[in-house]
Formats: sequence, C-alpha cells, structure tokens
Amino acid sequence: MSTQTPVIRCRNVWKLFGANPEQYLKTMPAGRSYEDIHADGYIAGVKDVSVDVGRGEMLVIMGLSGSGKSTLVRCFSRLHDITGGTIEVEGQDVMALSEKELIELRRSKMGMVFQSFGLLPHRTVLDNVAFPLEMRGQNRHDRRERALEVIKLVGLEGREDYFPRELSGGQQQRVGIARSLAIEPDIWFLDEPFSALDPLIRREMQDEFLRLQEMLGKTIVFITHDFDEALRLADRIAIMKNGAIEQCDTPDQIVLKPRTPYVRKFTEEIEKSRVVHAGVLAKPINGTAVEGDPVAGDLTIHQLARQLVGDTRDNLPVAGKDGALIGVLNRQTALDVLLGDG
Amino acid sequence: MVEIASPIAPIRRSVSYDPVIIALLGLAALLCFAKPILPDFLIRVPEAWVPPLANWLDTFFEFIKGDLDTGRPGLIHLTRWFAEGPLAFLLGVTANLLEGKHRWPFFDPLPWSTVAAVAAVIGYYLGGWRLALLGGGTFVWTALVGQWKIAMQTLSVLAVAAPLAFLIGLTLGIMAWKWGWFERMIKPVLAILQTIPFFTYLLPAVIFFKVGPTAGAIATTIYAIPPMVLMTTLGLKKVAPEIIEAGKMSGCTRLQMLFRVFIPSARTEILVGVNQVIMLCLAMVVLTAFIGMPGLGGKLLAMMNSFKLGRSFEIGVTIVLVAITLDRMSKAWVVKLPVHHERGTPWHIRHKYLVMAVAAFVFFLLLSQFVDILDKVGRKQSLSMGREIDTVIKGALAIDAVKSVTETIRYVLNVWVLIPFRNALLWIPTPAFILVVVAFAWGFGGKRPALFATAFFTTVAFSGWWDRSVITLYSVISAVILSVMIGVPLGILASRSKTWATRILLVCDTAQTFPSFIYLLPAIMLFGVSDVTVVLSIVIFTTVPLTRYTIEGLRNVPAEMTEAADMSGATRRQKLLNVQLPMALPTMAVGFNQAIMFAFFMVIIAAFIGTQDLGQELQRTLAGTDLGKNFVLGMNVALMALTFDLTLMSWAGKKNKMLGLSAR
Ligand SMILES: Nc1ncnc2c1ncn2[C@@H]1O[C@H](COP(=O)(O)OP(=O)(O)O)[C@@H](O)[C@H]1O
Ligand SMILES: [Mg+2]
Repeated sequence: MSTQTPVIRCRNVWKLFGANPEQYLKTMPAGRSYEDIHADGYIAGVKDVSVDVGRGEMLVIMGLSGSGKSTLVRCFSRLHDITGGTIEVEGQDVMALSEKELIELRRSKMGMVFQSFGLLPHRTVLDNVAFPLEMRGQNRHDRRERALEVIKLVGLEGREDYFPRELSGGQQQRVGIARSLAIEPDIWFLDEPFSALDPLIRREMQDEFLRLQEMLGKTIVFITHDFDEALRLADRIAIMKNGAIEQCDTPDQIVLKPRTPYVRKFTEEIEKSRVVHAGVLAKPINGTAVEGDPVAGDLTIHQLARQLVGDTRDNLPVAGKDGALIGVLNRQTALDVLLGDG
Repeated sequence: MVEIASPIAPIRRSVSYDPVIIALLGLAALLCFAKPILPDFLIRVPEAWVPPLANWLDTFFEFIKGDLDTGRPGLIHLTRWFAEGPLAFLLGVTANLLEGKHRWPFFDPLPWSTVAAVAAVIGYYLGGWRLALLGGGTFVWTALVGQWKIAMQTLSVLAVAAPLAFLIGLTLGIMAWKWGWFERMIKPVLAILQTIPFFTYLLPAVIFFKVGPTAGAIATTIYAIPPMVLMTTLGLKKVAPEIIEAGKMSGCTRLQMLFRVFIPSARTEILVGVNQVIMLCLAMVVLTAFIGMPGLGGKLLAMMNSFKLGRSFEIGVTIVLVAITLDRMSKAWVVKLPVHHERGTPWHIRHKYLVMAVAAFVFFLLLSQFVDILDKVGRKQSLSMGREIDTVIKGALAIDAVKSVTETIRYVLNVWVLIPFRNALLWIPTPAFILVVVAFAWGFGGKRPALFATAFFTTVAFSGWWDRSVITLYSVISAVILSVMIGVPLGILASRSKTWATRILLVCDTAQTFPSFIYLLPAIMLFGVSDVTVVLSIVIFTTVPLTRYTIEGLRNVPAEMTEAADMSGATRRQKLLNVQLPMALPTMAVGFNQAIMFAFFMVIIAAFIGTQDLGQELQRTLAGTDLGKNFVLGMNVALMALTFDLTLMSWAGKKNKMLGLSAR
C-alpha cells in the first residue's frame, strides 16, 4: 500500500433502491438498520460505506450473494448513481462528472470484467476485444495491433476470428479479460469473474490472473463470494453484509482478529495457518533474546510448520524481504495458530 | 384424483350464476318477449338519433387534408409530395428492374433466370439445398406458367413497402423502448390499427397518396408496421444487463450504445419482426387488388370474378409458393449465426456465397442474351394449363355425386342454419343484443371488458349501420362456431400422437403464412359465388389457428398432471375431459380469439362475393371519396373485434394465472 492519495476514495456512500431514494435518505433518521429501511420500502444496496483503494492494491470485496458487492463496484464506475456520500476516483468526484467526462474516464482509465462475460454475440473475439478501442475512435490498424497483443496476453492466440458462442466458458472469460485490458486501464474491476466457471478451470484462471497482475501491477477491485479465492488474491479483504462493510483488513488480520460476530462466523472454517504470515505474527524485538537463523516473514505459518515443530527455541527471529530483522515470533503462539486454537 | 381435481374445479364454477349476468340476460330476454309492444326506439336506434358522424369526420378530414387545386394548406401537400417524389421514385426503380416499367434507370427487366438463380443461391446460403430448391423452384414455376410479369408487379411494391415498414417500425420500436410514455401511448393505437379492416386503410391511402402503386405501397406499409414495433421493443428490453454494462464501461456514447450494442444484441427479435413484416406486406399487397392495383392479387381477383378456376388455381399456387419461400428464408435468417473462418482463408472463400450469387447472375444474364426462353417466357410458350385445370375442376364439380354433396351442404347450411340464425340476430331488439354481448364480456372477461363492450356496441348502435354490423357479426359467429366444430376435434385427434401433432402443426404454420386472399379460392371452387362461400372461406381461414392452438394447448399440459390422471385410473376420455382440456383451455382461448380476429378480417374481404354487411359498404366506398363513411364502417368492425379481443384475452390471462401457467 502506498501513502499517496488513494485511487478510489469513498466516503459514507449510500445506494438505495426504491421509489424516491434521495428524498428518503435526506429525511431518514440516523441509525436505521437494513431491516428498518427495507420495511420503509427501500433496499439498501450500499449502506454507509467508506473505504479507500490504494494505488497498485488488490482489494477483494466478498460477501454472500445479495450483500451489495456488485452494487458497490458499480457505484465506483458510476454504472449506478449513488444516493448519498462521495466517491472520488483519481481525485475526481465521479458524481460531478459530465456525461462526456465520464465516458472519457471509462475510455482511458477503467476496465471491467463481468460474471457472465457480457460479450457481444455478433462480434468475433478480435472485434470484441477491440470494441473499447473502436469506441474511442482509434484507427483500425492500431486497434487490431493492440487487440492481438492482449489476446496473446490472455492466451487466446489463434482464436481471434471465433465468435463467443464457439468458445468454452473459460475462453469466453479470457475474452472478457482481454477486452477490459485493451485500453490499458489504471483501475480494473472484476465482478465474480470466475464464479461461472468449473472449479478446475477456475483454479487455472486464478493462476493466470495472478500472473497478469504481477506483470501489470494494476489497481484492482475484485469481487468474489469464495473465501479461498479472496485469500489467494487479496492485499486487503472487505467483507460485506446487507450493503455495509463489516470489516476491511488484510487477510491475516481478518482471520486473526475478526471484528464482528458475522466475520468470525465467516472465518471459522478457514485453516488460519495457511493465511497468517510469520511477519504479521511477529512482535517487536524489544530486548527479547533471540538467536540462530531467522525465518522469512513472508511465509505462512503453515509453510513453516515443519520447522516450528522441530525447533527448540521459544522465540524465533523473523526477517523481512531484505534480510533485516523485523521482530520475533513466539513459537507457542505460532503453534497455537497451526493447531487451530490461536 | 384429489390432487388433480383441485386446480381444475374452479374453471367450471367461475362463469356461472353471477347475479349480474342473470340480471343482464334476464333484461335482454324481457326485451325480446316484449318486442311486440316495445316502442320503436327500443328496437332500433331511430335514424334521427344517429349523429352525423360521417359528415363530421368528412369535415375534419377535409380540413386537415387541404386542397391541391385551390392551394389551401393541409396534409395532402406533404403526402402528395412524398408520393410523387421519393416514393414514386423508389417504386419506379423496383418496377423498372423487375418488370421493365419505363422508369429510371431505364434498364430492361431482369431476365427471370437471373432472379431464380440468385434466389437459389440466397436459399442455399440461408438453409442449404432444400431452401435453394424452394427459392429457385418458386421463380422457375412463376416464369414457366407465364405469371412472371404480374408476380414482379407484386414484388416490386413489396420490395419498397417492406423495407419502409421495417424502418418505420424499428424507429417507433426504439422510441417506445426509450420513452415509457410513448410506449403507453402507442400500444393501444397499434391494437386498434391491427383490428381496423384493411379497406379502411386503402381509401385514405388513395386520397392522400394518389391512386396506383403509391397508395398500395402506403396502405401495405402501414398495416405491416405494428408487429415490427412490438418485436423491436421486446428485443431491446431483453438485452442482458451485463452486455449493457460492458458497453457503458467500454465508453460508448448513447448513439454507439444504440447502434453497436443494443440493436445487434436484439438481432433475433428484430429479424422475427422482419419476417412478420414481409409476410404481412405480401398478404396486404395482394389485397390492393381492390383499388385496382395490378399484380398477382389483381389477376386472381379478376379470374375469380369471371370464375376461371384453372387460372385462379395457378395464381393461387404462385402466391402460396412465394409466401412459403419468403417465410422460410426469413425464418432461416433469424436462426442463421455467423461462423468463423480459419486464419488466412482467401477472400473468395470467405465470401463464397456472394461470389456464387454474382457468378450465377452474370452467367444467366449473358446466357439469356442468346437463349430467349431464359429471358422471357412468352404467352404461347408458357406451360400454363389454366384451361385444362379449369375443365378438370369444373368437370369434377359437375359429377353428380360431388354436386349433390356440395348442393346438400349448401342447402342445409343456408336454409336450416345460416339464414334462420341471421334472421334471429336481426330480430333481436338492439338494446337486448347489447345486453347479451355485455353479459358475455362480463362473464368471461370481467368488469373492464364489460365496460368496453357497453361503450363499443352502443357506439355501433348509434353509428347508423346496426343491421349491417349484425350481419357482419353473424357471419363471424357462425363461421367461428363451424370452425370450432372442425378445428377442435381435429386438434384433439392430432395431439394423440406426437408425430401427427408435429405434422399438423407444420401444416398449420405453413397455412398461416398464406396471404388471406388465398383462402377464398377453395370456397369459391366448391360453392361458387354464394352466401355459403363467404362463411366457408372464413371457416377454412379460422380453422387453422383453432387447430394449432388446440394442439399447442394439449401438448403443453404438464406431464405430471396427465401422469397423475393415469395413476388415478382415469380412462382416456376422463383424462381428456377432466385434465387435459381444462388445462389447455386458456391456450385454446387464444386460438379462439385469433380465429375471431381472422374472421373479422376475412368477412370484409369476402364481401366482394356479395354480402349485405359492412364489408360490402366498405368496398363500395373504395370507388369514391367518402372518407367519413369509410371510417365509420371501419370503426364498427374494429369496435366489435376489440370487444372480443379484450374479453377473451382477459379470460385467458385470468385462467392462466389461476392454473399457474405462464401466459403465452
Ligand atoms: N437495479 C436494482 N433495483 C433494485 N434492487 C437492486 C438493483 N440492483 C441490485 N439490487 C438489490 O441490491 C442488493 C444487492 O445486490 P448486488 O449488489 O447485486 O449483490 P451481490 O453482487 O453482492 O450478490 C440485492 O438485494 C439486490 O436485490
Ligand atoms: Mg453480484
């Protein structure tokens, strides 16, 4: 994460569905719950959400179906107009944008991938991928060049002239990904991109996605309802329920310190040792006597299991990426995490 | 049988013993019994009470029309400009190319062989060998029987009217999808447009757009617009939200959204609309015969009028072939999806159908310069066997056995059924008649249809054309009852076996693509020019939808229901009466409704055979400039048709909801 201004900055955002949401939100007494609002005839798609997304960060939004994940992301890209609060993208208030500015923003900065792909059925793979370029009026030659480049990037070489219905689900989603990357967006939205795919393909696509992300280093908002997927990908996870964010934290923190009963329940099934890193569990040295070889801070407790069980030291030194000591790991604490009573 | 009896029981109970119905019918009966002592104004609306609606309308039309001679401003300046300018130009171009009319670009007419060859290639592209054979075969037949010129006269108008209807329908459809208020406004207008008799379009078309192809093209276009509007709106509404969002995220402007995202994604529905536009245009362009338009329809009308059955039959075959070709090809286009080519496929393979079409065209164009018969089939050379067929048909009809059968049917129907029924309807005092109709609308449709029925039939009563309206209604009702007696048993029988059901459905679907005019032909052949012929042509026409929807309804009865009946030991008959028919009834009602709408349509066309109904008067107005009267007559037909439409569709909707079936 960086200390610069966040790419997306979102403060007290509301999105209500119903007859006259603006009016209702203005006159609504503070502290009305999701159910109260529902009883008044409105659905709180997004309920008082404040969250930042830093440059180059991957924020994963997760929650059960209907918890408002898609709605929140559609507010970021202003596919939905928000009912209250502010959203700034690259310092610009999105609600203040004119139609022209909004189109410009989407043409130059944003890409989005959809759960059921959203491909245009009458266009070939090539023409689907080139579609956003065509919309911004790029000439045919450049368009083709760039489209072929991203098609290669997602591994669909040789399928340029196929039509969407001639492709498998996984391939179709690769087209969706290629299309969203064609304009070289700074911000990448992915709304459950892999949940329509078979588990095996899903795994493959996740790996592929991680490879792309490593290569491109984009700011990403990724939606999923699959916790394993979230843990695999996220820098930070935001857990949503009934339109509100219950907790937004690093995966380690979410499993170690769930802030609400809902999040606790959500994380119960998770094998914590696979999530928690040595570096996170480490305490400041503060004069504790440490000796011997340090363990790497970016390994999970699970990865260190063999060493932890075999080691005789009470406290192990932990080293950061550059090899410098960053703290000490209490072996007992780590073993507790490993055995699931942490 | 508990579990299946429960959802069905309410059907039977729902209609009967409503006090309102009893009151309405009782009052009607009272009026009938008291007829001898009723004052005249309760038997018929007195002449003096009839508002001069026709005159008012005339004044109104005259006002908006303007005058060409005196230069008084009005609509006619615009419409005549359009008719004589762009429209006449377009019609001139197609007429020149297809039939060699002396208009720009002053080419010779296309040799028939080129048209047939290109039609075959298009058929091959859309649906393989079978459609190639159909497309090519249709035009070969047309040329060989010597009907090339009249067929091209018809097609040259179609070639302008159909694209025009498509464009206007598409535009209105987009507007209706974009603006809710526009959709709410246009929906009832479209419903009314579809029930107004075609003849009511013809006269204003003639007045505003000049006699001849222009008027024919305009009336045809207007009649074909409604389904295009509905299909366009439907298709645009069905575009998946993620495709829309993908378009927005790709940075589409509004126009880009519409043309690059929405319209291509609604392709299927729009093409279904195109199919309907083409078929309606064909049906209507044939009917422009009644304002003297030459072409297949004009020839058929002339032949039928002079009772030349052989030639009529041949023209009928041509019309049917053209209809089937256009229908199959446009339907094949709906399901045709693009397929990719491998990388590096050369241009002529990528566009092999285009190359084939051009090659076939050029080949036959050159060949026909040397082989005359490939250019034009002259009168002497044609293989028409009109006279021979005529002799055969007339001979067959003159065989004593055949003759006695047709004569008996005619006699029995006329003397024992039709005439007494008609006289009875005419005998009923107007208010009693209206009460019965309202009771019907109330009993089946409910309050809203009953209110409309009251308003509509009262309007008809005060239009000054009550007797003729009743005669129209009599033809419709007796024909529909007869076709129920044929179509429903036929449908039930057919749906006993899967293969037969599919076969009969195919026949019905094909028959429904025939222009309505065609249906007069068998009736005239069998019964000559008489009252019975009118009713029987309607019967043939309306049996098709009745059979079709009966099969559809029975086929779509959920399998669990019939299985449950089987398990409760129901006999076939019990199953049919207690389970299948009640479940199929709402769907059958849709077919019944369509039959009635078709009947109203047909009864007006059939009027040229000689009736005393509204159609007769309507056809008479075509010769003059009586716009007001023309509209009042058309309005009467529309109002009666709409009453049935509202009632039956409301009933079908309610029943479907009650049975938990989705509305069709
Ligand atoms: N256009 C809409 N109109 C009304 N309600 C909506 C609309 N879009 C979403 N909702 C409601 O908002 C809630 C959140 O939906 P969504 O964001 O799609 O959930 P998720 O993506 O987490 O499954 C749901 O209850 C849904 O029914
Ligand atoms: Mg969602």
